[in-house]
Amino acid sequence: MWAQLMTSFVAAATFVILFNAPKKSLLQCGLVGMLGWLLYILLRGEVGEAPAVLSASLLVGILCQLFARFYRTPVIIFSVAGIIPLVPGGMAYNAMRQFVENRYTAAIETGAETIVIAGAIAVGLVLSEVLNQMLRRRPRGQM
Amino acid sequence: MDQKISIYETIELCLLAGKIMLQSGAETYRVEDTMVRIATAFGLAESHSYVTPTALIFSTSGEQPAKLIRIEERTTDLHKIAEVNAISRRIASGELSARDAKELLLKAESASFNYTLPVQILAAAVTSACFLIMFGGTWPDFLPALLAGGSGFAAVVYLHRIVQVKFFSEFSAALVVGLLDLLFVWLGFGREFDKIAIGSVMPLVPGLLITNAIRDLMAGHLVSGISKGADACLTAFAIGAGIAVAILFFH
Repeated sequence: MWAQLMTSFVAAATFVILFNAPKKSLLQCGLVGMLGWLLYILLRGEVGEAPAVLSASLLVGILCQLFARFYRTPVIIFSVAGIIPLVPGGMAYNAMRQFVENRYTAAIETGAETIVIAGAIAVGLVLSEVLNQMLRRRPRGQM
Repeated sequence: MDQKISIYETIELCLLAGKIMLQSGAETYRVEDTMVRIATAFGLAESHSYVTPTALIFSTSGEQPAKLIRIEERTTDLHKIAEVNAISRRIASGELSARDAKELLLKAESASFNYTLPVQILAAAVTSACFLIMFGGTWPDFLPALLAGGSGFAAVVYLHRIVQVKFFSEFSAALVVGLLDLLFVWLGFGREFDKIAIGSVMPLVPGLLITNAIRDLMAGHLVSGISKGADACLTAFAIGAGIAVAILFFH
C-alpha cells in the first residue's frame, strides 16, 4: 500500500515534467495523482474497473478545480497529473499487441474496454466541471 | 482608419494567443474561450472562432475578413498554457494594452522548456519504473523498467529530430523498448516481460490524447474529438506494433 502511494505520487509528479509543467505545481500534481490512484485501488476490487475509474476521476476533477482556483492556474495542469495513472494506456497497449499478434477477437474486446475506461475518465472530469459551475452559479463560456 | 487598425490588431492578438494554446495542447474549449475573451476585452462584442487540432479560424462580424492559421506542430506544454491563460486574464481585467499583450505573448511563445533534456529523460525513466510497481510489477523489475523507459523516451526525442514523422519515431522507440526488455529478461536481469514493457512504454502512451478526445466529443467539438481520437489510435498502434516486432525478432 505504501509502495503504491509513493510510486503514484512520484509517477504523477515526474510525468508532468515531460509536459513542461510549471515547477511550483509539481508537488500538487503528485498529490492529485496519488489521491486519485488511492481511491481507484480501494474501489477497484469492490465495484469493478469502470466505476472505480469514474469515481477516481471525479475526485481528481474536484481536487483540480479547487487547486486551480487556489493557485490561479488552468485546471488542465493538475488534471493531466491526476488522470495519467488512470488512463488505460496499458490496456490500449495490450489491445494493439493482440491485434498485431492476429488475436482479433481478444483485441476488439480489450479495445472496447479501453474506450469504456477512457469514457469513464472523461465523464468524471466533465461531472466535476458541471458541479463546479452549479456551485459557482456564474454563467461562463466553459463547457 | 484608426479604429480599423485596432480591430485588425485585436484579431492578430486573438489568433496569436489561440495558436500558442493550440500548439501547447490546450483543450478546444479553452482555446475558443481565450480568443473570445480577448476579443471582448478589446471591444469586439461579436466574434466567432472555429478550432480544430490542425487549423484555427477566427472571424469578427464586421467587415474584416476571417483569418486562418495552420497548426503543424503539436506538443503538450503546460507552462505555455498557464502563461497565455494568465495573460488573457490580465487583458480581460483591462490591465494590459494591446501592444504590451502582444509583446508578452511573443515572449511566451518563444520561451524554452523549463527542464533540460537529461532531466526529462530521467523523469521518463522514473515514471516508467513507478508505473511498473503501480501495475502490479515486482521490485526486482524496477531497474530494468527504469533503464528501458529512459532509453525509450530518449529514442523518441532523438528520432523525432531526425525524421519528422511521429508514427515512425514512436514505432522505433517502442521497438527499442521491446528489444531492451527482451534482452533484460533473457539475461535474467528482468522477470516479467509484459509488466516491464507496459511500464516502460507509459511515457510514450497517448493517454491524455484519448481522454481529451472523448472530452471534446462530449463538449460538442466533434471534428476535434474525432481527429484527436484518430491521432491517439495511430500512436497506440505504433507502440503496439513496435513491441510486437521486437517479440517477433526473438522467436
